[in-house]
Amino acid sequence: MVKKNLAKKKLIELRNVHFSYGDNVVLEDVSFSVNAGDYVGVIGPNGGGKTTLLSIMLGLLKPSSGQVLIFGKKLSDLKRERAHIGYVPQRLSQLDANFPATVYEIVASGRTAGNGPFHVFSKNDKDAVERALAIAKIGELRHKLIGDLSGGERQRVMIARSLAGEPQVLVLDEPTTGVDIASQEQFYHFLAELNHQHGLTIIFVSHDIDIVANEVHSLLLINRKVVSYGPAKDMINKHYLDDLYGGKIDFTFHPHHHH
Amino acid sequence: MFSLFQYDFIVRAFAAGLITAVVAPAIGMFLVVRRYSLMADTLAHVSLVGVAVGLLTNTNPVLGSLIAAVIASIAIEGLRESKKVFGESILALFLSGGLALAVVIVSLGHGFSVNLMSYLFGSITTVSATDISIIAAAGAIILIALAVFYKEFFSVAFNEELSAASGMNVRAYNVALIVLAAVTVSLSMRIVGALLIGALMIIPTVSAIQFKMSFKKTLALSMGFSLFAVISGLFASYYFNLASGGTIVVIALLVFCLSLLANKGLKG
Repeated sequence: MVKKNLAKKKLIELRNVHFSYGDNVVLEDVSFSVNAGDYVGVIGPNGGGKTTLLSIMLGLLKPSSGQVLIFGKKLSDLKRERAHIGYVPQRLSQLDANFPATVYEIVASGRTAGNGPFHVFSKNDKDAVERALAIAKIGELRHKLIGDLSGGERQRVMIARSLAGEPQVLVLDEPTTGVDIASQEQFYHFLAELNHQHGLTIIFVSHDIDIVANEVHSLLLINRKVVSYGPAKDMINKHYLDDLYGGKIDFTFHPHHHH
Repeated sequence: MFSLFQYDFIVRAFAAGLITAVVAPAIGMFLVVRRYSLMADTLAHVSLVGVAVGLLTNTNPVLGSLIAAVIASIAIEGLRESKKVFGESILALFLSGGLALAVVIVSLGHGFSVNLMSYLFGSITTVSATDISIIAAAGAIILIALAVFYKEFFSVAFNEELSAASGMNVRAYNVALIVLAAVTVSLSMRIVGALLIGALMIIPTVSAIQFKMSFKKTLALSMGFSLFAVISGLFASYYFNLASGGTIVVIALLVFCLSLLANKGLKG
């Protein structure tokens, strides 16, 4: 994980990114950058291009036009460095409950991409896995099967898996879907700790405006275009949210989704 | 007691059987957790095309099946990625298509249908010395590949999206796994037969999963179950004059039933 002396370094930068599926324009002229140490919330309505934006940042989708720089390099010039983007996907509850693997095995698999093939699991790898288990406070779950865990516990396992790869940035996609409220609060506290104490850069994609706005430092409001990007405390006013949601949703409304 | 080992064909059958017993569930484990269980059966049916060609042209059928299965495995993965046909439908296409083509080729060369039976259901009397060399070489390649790329196969099996996001070449590992499965199918064919290979790749794994252990221990246990089924199946096949493939699979199924009961016991 990065220490504070790297602050201000641009980790992820998008320049004039466009993306469309056929005639359907999903992202239009999107430019922004995320600096080391930031805690950014990406919010916007469903269908507003959040997930596409996230896939582009992760290199899972190529933009139709525009540039994506990760750690200052073009995606095609990145090799093992991509392993230093930690990703925690949506719908943790849909993780295969019957997948026969222990917490330790899954967390340790976070080292695989960075090490590459032909690598023998070393003391260094073991130490990184132990640190990740300790930070995520799941050391005592290490021998449990992933299928025997609660939603909140699985979420920590997935974060620990990312941390084991010693990421410079953690990207989370709606990570609280399917997790109960009490676990959610603990989870936000845990993320704040990762950002604050460990200096980890976090990008958090969510539709859950009020919780995210209270947690993150900066907000990127996206609805096909960048509606606004700036410090979260300046952004929490109705004007921007009207732009974003077309005035249909009031900020006091808490959009809980039932599954 | 083991007077049966005085016969060369039995020694060859056991050699082929032991290699098969270790390799089949090792690849099967990755197929099962990825919901690819039917892949083994599909490749087995396609490999019959190679067997039929081998019998027709008087070349080694095991080698023929190996080539047919590897070509089909690459075609299946290519078609799956193109997303023009549903994944399951692709398997159905190749499964029945392979069998149809094999039957047509067989009917071209009259008179070797009895020989073909041994490839369908497995036979301990027909393993040749050439077969053993091919099976041993292919088995060694599979085990080495698995040992070297174990972590990558694990990561991709657990979550393709996560693996791709961290820069892993998911496509290459998918192709590698399915080609290894194709090789496994071909080398298992002599002992368990094309129609029953899928069972030997899948049943020991789903039995071992019932014991709720780590991935590695589940893999080891599935190999143990498979060895037990193959060894006892070969003995039974010899002493009671039974088809080896069927006997092995019936024993593997018994182990599965006991595993299910044990799972209930673990939960209760």
